[in-house]
Amino acid sequence: MPSLKQLSSEKDLFTYGHRACAGCAASIILRQVALVAGKNTIFVGATGCMEVVSTIFPYTAWKVPFLHNAFENSAATGSGIETTYRSLKKRGKITKKINVIAFGGDGGTYDIGFQSLSGAMERRHDMLYLCYNNEAYMNTGIQRSSATPFGAHTTTSPAGTVIPGKQQFPKDLTEAIAAHDIPYVAQAAPHNWADFTKKVEKALTIEGPTFINVLSPCPLGWVYPPHLSIKMSKLAAETCFWPLYEVENGIHKINFKPREKKPLIEWTKLQGRFRHLLSESNKHIVEEAQKEVDRKWNRLLKMAEAKI
Amino acid sequence: MEKMIVAKTGNEAMAEAMRQINPDVVAAYPITPATEVVQIFSSFVADGRVDTEFVPAESEHSALSACVGAAAAGGRVMTSTASQGLALMHEVLFIAAGLRLPIVICEVNRSLSGPINIHCDHSDTMASRDSGWIQIYSEDSQEAYDNTIQAMKIAEKVFLPAIVSVDAFIISHSMERLEILPDEEVQAFIGEHRKPYDLLDVDNPITLGGLDLQDYFFEHKRQEIEAMKEAKAAVIEVGKEFGEKFGTSYGFFEEYRMEDADLAIIALGSTAGTTKVVVNALREKGMKVGLFKIRVFRPLASEEIKKSLEHMKAIAILDRADGMSSFGGPVFHEIRSCLYESEKRPIVTNYIYGLGGRDIFPEEIESVYKDLEKVAEKGEVKNLINYLGVRE
Ligand SMILES: Cc1ncc(C[n+]2csc(CCOP(=O)(O)OP(=O)(O)O)c2C)c(N)n1
Ligand code: SF4
Ligand SMILES: [Mg+2]
Repeated sequence: MPSLKQLSSEKDLFTYGHRACAGCAASIILRQVALVAGKNTIFVGATGCMEVVSTIFPYTAWKVPFLHNAFENSAATGSGIETTYRSLKKRGKITKKINVIAFGGDGGTYDIGFQSLSGAMERRHDMLYLCYNNEAYMNTGIQRSSATPFGAHTTTSPAGTVIPGKQQFPKDLTEAIAAHDIPYVAQAAPHNWADFTKKVEKALTIEGPTFINVLSPCPLGWVYPPHLSIKMSKLAAETCFWPLYEVENGIHKINFKPREKKPLIEWTKLQGRFRHLLSESNKHIVEEAQKEVDRKWNRLLKMAEAKI
Repeated sequence: MEKMIVAKTGNEAMAEAMRQINPDVVAAYPITPATEVVQIFSSFVADGRVDTEFVPAESEHSALSACVGAAAAGGRVMTSTASQGLALMHEVLFIAAGLRLPIVICEVNRSLSGPINIHCDHSDTMASRDSGWIQIYSEDSQEAYDNTIQAMKIAEKVFLPAIVSVDAFIISHSMERLEILPDEEVQAFIGEHRKPYDLLDVDNPITLGGLDLQDYFFEHKRQEIEAMKEAKAAVIEVGKEFGEKFGTSYGFFEEYRMEDADLAIIALGSTAGTTKVVVNALREKGMKVGLFKIRVFRPLASEEIKKSLEHMKAIAILDRADGMSSFGGPVFHEIRSCLYESEKRPIVTNYIYGLGGRDIFPEEIESVYKDLEKVAEKGEVKNLINYLGVRE
């Protein structure tokens, strides 16, 4: 496992010149993934912020092969690349070990690309799928996704006078993919780079399909000052809203347990998308959200404890 | 050269051609009436008769998406589908063509829902005609086989994807005499795989499918249009070479008893076969009739169409799909438009027929020639758009 110092001396493969907003965590995530994966890696990106900011023709931020196909099919597209690789290897036309990493935002992964991802995982292609989860469709102007937190304001789940933001809890995609019984599934966040890069490295070493869901704070969509992205990531883990854990061969393991679990509001109060929850009349939303975080966290603790 | 003579359905013929092409990757999803192609090919894979890696995708959208990834990684790639499957691929059809990936689809022409129907018409491929794919229609199993082999070569010459289609059940499930070429002859004919680029070449990384805005998109599309123009030469070249090597030459169309004809029917696919029977019968009676069968609809050989047809008195275009514009079918629009520049434009009428697999009978085709005779005599058209064989 390379140290941060070693990683920072590597040549960047997802490099400067991309047009992500200041403070965008997703670009940090991709940069770290590319560093760990190295130059013998092919990336497939779904339509969304990261594809749009990194590939505006004739420029590219990628120093590794990169393919964008469409919004909902980056897993299927990656599975095609991996299949050609396998086919040519079988025919003796290629000998190198090459990684295939497909990625998408939460929209491209939880929602419109869910089927494509499920198919690719079930077919057991030797590839890593990475979701950068900024909890909404940011590229098209912050619409809700099934990853958007309960109570959050988005442009299609607006905090109105009658309905106070999103009315559903987020889909637990990490567990849904774990239910595919693939060798490795993990949840990570960019503030803990050591944990995150270790997971990427592990996923790439394992043969077969692997999946990492990375929380990706977004100053524009979450509405906070750009310099707070890493803090947003950290608080999400410390409140146990976004547990850092992995499921290796079906066994849950928690990678970070806060000494003292912070109340969810410590995280939400810093973000404009939850501003309406600070009013007295919406107190019940905060309570409900907290209850759900507790329920999920306790469930995870039990699974980890029971080694299941 | 020793050709093998066998009895095969259209689906079996296409699957056989796929086996001989021996692509690196096939990603597919079953749908009636193309399911057999996928099934037969799967057993070729299971029995080790091909080197292909098969991706049993969870949908046609993913099947074609995987094909795009596979071809961009430098593989020779094929798939098969029909109707709803082609419709589900629709989004990715444009992307495959825009990325200039020479993928081949063995397609079975089936009506698009709704209402749902599994039988033949051309609504599926006609709805995809502007997607940038070469389109080759086959009259029978032999053509389906020959066209599949040629399509692979044409596609790789110009870096455009190609659809080869046959009529649902009428051809896909009908047993016919088929001449099969030796495996090594097919391999020699298609040659080494020509790829536009190679994502697996990690030492020379490229970015593909990036965001292409107002300043470059149009130039890229212009190049794609130019490639479709170049495909015209490739169709002719490959069709000729096929003839020289294997005995049957192919072009954009087949002109059947057209030399001295005054009246012509234009048809695609299996209906051309039925029409030939009618032409022969009417010729016996002294009528100067002919058939103009369109084999390649994309690229549209507009100049050649004009040259072949402008001296006709009257032409009836049989469309097995309606444009839902209230003004006839797609083939009618395009062929009629090709003739606009000629000095003495023939009368061109349209007959929509056979939707949802409704059979077309020789008597109906004969009635179209009779209509044409009247129209040519009077020099005027009463009904420009006609519906053949429908209760109304
Ligand atoms: C089939 C299709 N539907 C809708 C869109 C429009 N669209 C492009 S990106 C996007 C949202 C992307 O959201 P997400 O995957 O979360 O990525 P983010 O932009 O947040 O990084 C949408 C709705 C599209 N490109 N294709
Ligand atoms: S909108 Fe959010 S995810 Fe998109 S580039 Fe900006 S900060 Fe990054
Ligand atoms: Mg998003």
